[in-house]
Amino acid sequence: MQDIIILKDVYKIYTMGEVEVAALNGVSLTIRKGEFVAIMGASGSGKSTLMNILGCLDSPTKGKYCLEGLEVSRFSKNELAEIRNKKLGFVFQSFNLLSRTTVIENIELPLIYRKRISKRDTDNIHQMIRILGLDGLQKHYPNQLSGGQQQRVAIARAIVNDPALLLADEPTGNLDSATSKDVMNVLSGLNHNRGITIVLVTHETDIAGYARRVIVLKDGKVLSDTPSQTFTTPLPQTPCETTP
Amino acid sequence: MTALFTIALRAIMRNKLRSSLTILGIVIGVGAVIVMISIGQGAKAFVEKQLESLGTNVLIIIPVSTTHAAARGTTGTITLTAEDTFALVKECNAVSYVSPGIRTTTQVVSGNMNWTTGVSGAGPDYQIIRNWPLKDGRFITQQDVNSMAKVCVLGQTVVTNLFGTLDPVDKWVRVKNIPFRVIGVLSAKGQSPTGQDQDDMVLMPYTTVQRKIMGVTHIGYALASSATAESRFEAIDQITSLLRQRHRLRPNEENDFSVISQVEFASAVMETSHTMSVLLGSIALVSLFVGGIGIMNIMLVSTTERTREIGIRMAVGARERDILFQFLIESTVLSSFGGIVGVIFGIFTSKLVSYYGGWPSLLSSLSIAVSFLFSNIIGIFFGYYPARKASRLNPIEALRYE
Repeated sequence: MQDIIILKDVYKIYTMGEVEVAALNGVSLTIRKGEFVAIMGASGSGKSTLMNILGCLDSPTKGKYCLEGLEVSRFSKNELAEIRNKKLGFVFQSFNLLSRTTVIENIELPLIYRKRISKRDTDNIHQMIRILGLDGLQKHYPNQLSGGQQQRVAIARAIVNDPALLLADEPTGNLDSATSKDVMNVLSGLNHNRGITIVLVTHETDIAGYARRVIVLKDGKVLSDTPSQTFTTPLPQTPCETTP
Repeated sequence: MTALFTIALRAIMRNKLRSSLTILGIVIGVGAVIVMISIGQGAKAFVEKQLESLGTNVLIIIPVSTTHAAARGTTGTITLTAEDTFALVKECNAVSYVSPGIRTTTQVVSGNMNWTTGVSGAGPDYQIIRNWPLKDGRFITQQDVNSMAKVCVLGQTVVTNLFGTLDPVDKWVRVKNIPFRVIGVLSAKGQSPTGQDQDDMVLMPYTTVQRKIMGVTHIGYALASSATAESRFEAIDQITSLLRQRHRLRPNEENDFSVISQVEFASAVMETSHTMSVLLGSIALVSLFVGGIGIMNIMLVSTTERTREIGIRMAVGARERDILFQFLIESTVLSSFGGIVGVIFGIFTSKLVSYYGGWPSLLSSLSIAVSFLFSNIIGIFFGYYPARKASRLNPIEALRYE
């Protein structure tokens, strides 16, 4: 399978006054097309920073990030915006839907920043709505929907542009366990049926269990990288070897 | 771009009260500019019209008393004679017409009606000099002057006050118990630039006023006209040297008369009205400027409030430019909408002012176009800073913003 993400020795260093803090301290990893990866780690482990870099919202201080063969770590802000628009989808913990904007308009949002909207895009919207069970809710506003429905809308928005990579940052953090399960099933379904590559950030092990590979970060470094079948409920306390 | 326009419009509609209050500043600004300019222009046009009614080539010669005049045992007011005026026509080639004049205020009686007004003596050329058509009847002739005929021509105000709606021609009026036959009626001329009613006047042959009413031999003033408005300076020079010669003034003596051009007088009035309109216009511009600051204020609040929205838009691929344009369009739509409403408001108000205030106003399409354009420029100018601030946000921080 094709390598969709290649991170090579990525550093992200923040300067706080005189002190330099390395949020990412030499992370290298490879994610192949169609994978479902969970990134775990305690707060401050650098998982949010990694997510921002993977999501092209931020550029690494040092190191190389290739997305679908493009070295995006060298892209300008505008080029990164275009990459986000065409190749990435985001699902956030707090849904981040535009309030007072209908469901359908929220889903269409990425498309308005494109030069041209093709017939395929509009067909895609209708398909998304059907798949995610949002039929009949098109004209509703986010505040009229349940948390689960809102997250489904966010997922629809994330995949409306047929992204190479779907990034989910604690997508179940604001949901109860039944709805969490529901949303995770939607994500696994998308991964399984449509082959969408998903990178999921979570601190809940049972949510990580939906992924087929779990990467644990600690202090800005990859602590472990294991297939989730071997993954047992408590976080492994024994240090594992880092993948090259 | 169309999409950005829709987003901006929707954002405006979402907060109707705030948007309309923001717009109000521009409405008042643009409206004020239009009202002030139209009032200024109206006043200017009014003065210009009056200037025309006076005649641009009319010169007034009045005697002035000098210190030397008293020493000669005369009073300043009797130095000017009808013979002087005849000489002016004969010897000054820049002077086309001259009419000797003398004026007194007295009561005019007709039947049981009376009216106190100015009785002016005039020559037959008076009508040509003042460019003043008759409404009815005939004007004073040279023969009337020669024979000191007891005839008169009435101004509109006098007609209204003595005869009402009746036709006064060939009727009689009494001045100092002498009956005068009305031979003509002047057309209405309206106010002079100094605000006097030019129609409140009775004209008689100047000889009649001199002998029958006042019992004097001198004249009070003379009206002259130069061939053209441009030749008035030449005419003033010729009149001055001729009168000095006729009055036997030595080179070191001051003139015992004065030649005044109406143009100089009126242009002073025009200057004042121009200054006024500039002043009014700049006050209005300040209020438009304040309206612009209002837009900037609201846009700054709005961009802060919508930080998260900006983050979401950036996450799904909005470029800096897209965010910049979104907010710039929003502020421009606000200001240009305010401009449109302001234009309507301004037109309405200036009509109202001229209707109830009796103040002349002149709406010019230029002032409307300029103030509307200016409102757009204000929107772009004051919207740019908040929009740029929004577009420079860091998407990660914007998404985290609560």
